[in-house]
Amino acid sequence: MESINAKYVSQKISKVRWRPVSLSSLQQPEIFATGSWDNEDNTVSIWTIGNNGISSLEEGFDGDPKPLCEHKHAGDVLDLQFLDQEKVITASSTGGVTILRYNNNNQALSVSHQWAKAHHYPCDNAPCTSVVCSSPEIVSVGEDGRIIVYRADQGGIIRTIENADSSTIHAVTYLRTTEILTVNSIGQLKIWDFRQQSNSPSQILSLSGDRAPLHCVDRHPNQQHIVATGGQDGMLCVWDVRQRNTPFSLMEAHSAEMWEVHFHPMNPDHLFTCSEDGSLLHWEISSPSDMPSFLQGGRNNSMVSRSAMAPAGGNQSLINAWLSGDSSKGRLETTHMLPSQTLSVNSLDVLGQCLVCGTDGEAIFVNRQIPV
Amino acid sequence: MASACCPCVHVMTFVFSQNIPISSHGKHLGFACGPGDILVYETLYKQSGASGSCSSFIHEVRKDEEIHSPILRKLFNESHHIFVGLQTIQEEIPSKNKKSQFVSISKNYRSVIRACIEELQQVAVNTKDSAVCTQYGNQVSILLAIELIWNLCEVLFIDAVGALLLHLLDWVRLHKGDVDEKATHVLQSESPAEHRDYWDVVVGYVLQGRLEEVRQLLVKQATLQPAARNMFKLMDNLLSKMPFYNPGGTQTPTDFDVKWRHWHEEVDRCLQDNSFASNPHLELIAKILVGDEDTLLEHKELVGTWYHFLVTRLLYCHPTVKSTELHFYAHSCMTMFLDPRSVPEALDSILLAAFEFDIHQVIKDCSIALNNWWFVAHLTDLLDHCQLLQSHNLHFGSNLREFLLLEYASGLFSHHSLWQLAVDYFDHCPEFGRVYLELQMERIPLDTERKALKVLRICEQRQMSEQVRSICKIMAMRALRNNRLGSALSWSIRAKDAAFATLISERFLQDYCSRGSFSDLDLIDNLGPAMLLSDRLTFLGKYREFHKLYGEKRFREAAKLLLSLMTAKIAPRSFWMTLLTDALPLLEQKEVCKAKHFKYKMAFKRGGTYWWLWEEDLEVTKVELLRLALARNLAMAIVNEGTVEV
Repeated sequence: MESINAKYVSQKISKVRWRPVSLSSLQQPEIFATGSWDNEDNTVSIWTIGNNGISSLEEGFDGDPKPLCEHKHAGDVLDLQFLDQEKVITASSTGGVTILRYNNNNQALSVSHQWAKAHHYPCDNAPCTSVVCSSPEIVSVGEDGRIIVYRADQGGIIRTIENADSSTIHAVTYLRTTEILTVNSIGQLKIWDFRQQSNSPSQILSLSGDRAPLHCVDRHPNQQHIVATGGQDGMLCVWDVRQRNTPFSLMEAHSAEMWEVHFHPMNPDHLFTCSEDGSLLHWEISSPSDMPSFLQGGRNNSMVSRSAMAPAGGNQSLINAWLSGDSSKGRLETTHMLPSQTLSVNSLDVLGQCLVCGTDGEAIFVNRQIPV
Repeated sequence: MASACCPCVHVMTFVFSQNIPISSHGKHLGFACGPGDILVYETLYKQSGASGSCSSFIHEVRKDEEIHSPILRKLFNESHHIFVGLQTIQEEIPSKNKKSQFVSISKNYRSVIRACIEELQQVAVNTKDSAVCTQYGNQVSILLAIELIWNLCEVLFIDAVGALLLHLLDWVRLHKGDVDEKATHVLQSESPAEHRDYWDVVVGYVLQGRLEEVRQLLVKQATLQPAARNMFKLMDNLLSKMPFYNPGGTQTPTDFDVKWRHWHEEVDRCLQDNSFASNPHLELIAKILVGDEDTLLEHKELVGTWYHFLVTRLLYCHPTVKSTELHFYAHSCMTMFLDPRSVPEALDSILLAAFEFDIHQVIKDCSIALNNWWFVAHLTDLLDHCQLLQSHNLHFGSNLREFLLLEYASGLFSHHSLWQLAVDYFDHCPEFGRVYLELQMERIPLDTERKALKVLRICEQRQMSEQVRSICKIMAMRALRNNRLGSALSWSIRAKDAAFATLISERFLQDYCSRGSFSDLDLIDNLGPAMLLSDRLTFLGKYREFHKLYGEKRFREAAKLLLSLMTAKIAPRSFWMTLLTDALPLLEQKEVCKAKHFKYKMAFKRGGTYWWLWEEDLEVTKVELLRLALARNLAMAIVNEGTVEV
């Protein structure tokens, strides 16, 4: 693993996201966006690490991220997603959701559309905590407990679920094109089916014991019923949403709030988490044989562990490695990715072989050769 | 590139970055000082004449511009990282290794300063706004002065070894960059030896003791003047033979002394012989080599500063100078070099104090001269770790290091974003750090839940339970006001605040009473172990369970639950009526009548409740219904059992 250097950027970074690269090309990602928080004037910035297809070692290129452009943002940037190659969606602490357009040619960011007070209380602003998109649809959730669905191309709100939750919804993710999953601050996962007209969730899952507030959620890239969540107590839980009320694996990950969890989009045997305690962990399920772990099924004894339960009516051969994760068996490897403890790592994103993360120490770390 | 000759130092008065049009027509200003800023307002009073109306604005004036500069922020963040690393150096490492670690930490700090200087210079060059250019230029000169002082402190205090002179030479070379700049121009020209700056560069190198470079340059000149070849050869010879004292080597001081005197006499002889008389430049070089002070003073513009003069003089007159003798020479050099009528600048007195090894004076002068505590706080902390500061207590109990760190960190707390760095500084102030931190943490503005969570985590990690409770209460109240009962509950769970949980449950129950149904069922149905936080909350959860059982027509369990709720006495008084009303339909149910327990317990309850019912002002019909139902139930019980046990 190459050494990872900090680039100090004079703003506390709340979110980083790689710009998506087209799947056909084998290029590594070059451009990422960051959002800042806790400043008097917050900004959304676009940076480049300028791969240009040239190996960084050959040219002596220092590999530092360089700023391309930035745009002022009202309120903290609480979430940031790329809608497509050109558009970025931000969620603001003022309750607004904004679509910014990134123009590659003249390196500028401009507002394409804005919903200024999408999330609000009767007499006050409510921060919009998370936003997720599946072009052209956007879903946002906030501290006011609302779920709002927008259409980016028509520029309008198509559905609002009022009072979807009596507590703050911290994160949202798509399960299928018509289903989303939200996590809230009383530790519940709720599944919402948009085909139904009712304003109540189709399913609620939670831990049976002490429930810590959940802060982040990510769905397995290939298997729609598997999600990973992280919360205030720093525990990483992997759930099978077809099962009720018990996560398949519960792993102690961090000593403080876990802010983000990401499956690697191409190699889902790898998972990344970052936390308030200043660490970024790389989790890797390794299988003893050469076959991909999710195809080994019942023949491999190590797949069956104490904490696993057979999926209801499921095919044995599709038991996912994560669901039987038991770190004491040594099949789960965890590596710290940052050189030393820093202030809170607020956000990370991983694409291809590149990892980027941002911290409260006003630093961005980029690693171009993560072992996946 | 600015040299360190004339730094700008800010005296600690209030420096306004721009003229603020507050006071019109000679109105008096009132002000209030805050931790980092001042609030200024116009008063009714005038200096002379009648007072009139005044503007209703309050102006906030920032005392410390540096904290808000985006480039200097990197300085604060990077140095924070180094600071935390320094505090965690292990105690078991032998002191020799520790010293090298301290030196490398000092170099880290300095490289951070230099990176900032470079960036500021780049921006200053590229900007078109002249005000910004001046501002950045000022910051650059301050930082250059800071780095100069820090480097000197590192040489004299932290890395104090025998090779004092060599280190001082390095120090001077690092901070007199214009010679190298000129040298690049000269060497890149077509005929370096004929460049107009050529001799300036050569003399500059001689003054810095870089004799190898001098020899290389002189070779170029020698090829141009074949007639004077012998002279150049002689000079080259002298330059190559100059001994440099290296205490780490095998030479003893006496050996070196003998050698050096020998060499010194040789140069002197050459001068006396007028060997260089035909070439004034070479004569000048020879005079410098022999250590002629008057020559040095004649060429003040090449030497530049009195401390450069000092080092050159030491190199060529007293190469075996010991650190204890340094301050004599420093004093005399300063007097010789500077204009006696001029007032010494702050930088000069600071450097002089350093040469006198008076660390406390250095720190004191720097604190006065600079308007930001960054430099003195970090330098003092490093010197304290090297155990160079005698710990004498200040009047208010803590030592110098702690005082400066506290001041610096408090200044950071006035910044909307850098407060997170300050937490680590407070952590490493053993006496007062915790108290300061407790007071500051409560006053951080909390706009979003995410910020509140970070603040709470900081407090929880340090067992500041008072602050945790108060922050959770603020957030819970806010949630309650916005009708977010689930959020309010999650905050009270975090603070383990039973009283607040009771408050929330009351709200739910009131909602139920007024509307007849529960709001936020997703919360109440899924309370889990949180239910046990407060009695009222438990009651709420169980009551909802009762409703669910009733809805599923599981009357026996429902009745049992209701009875337990009533006997367990966790129901609020205001709710008893509702409970009894709920009991009404159950009393009629056949299965329930057959349950002995229920009948006996209801009968028992009856006695107590009748008393209570008479006291309250209730709907008459309800009471009648209740009495009727209870009577009928009791009758049925008596009939069924034949006896009544009370």
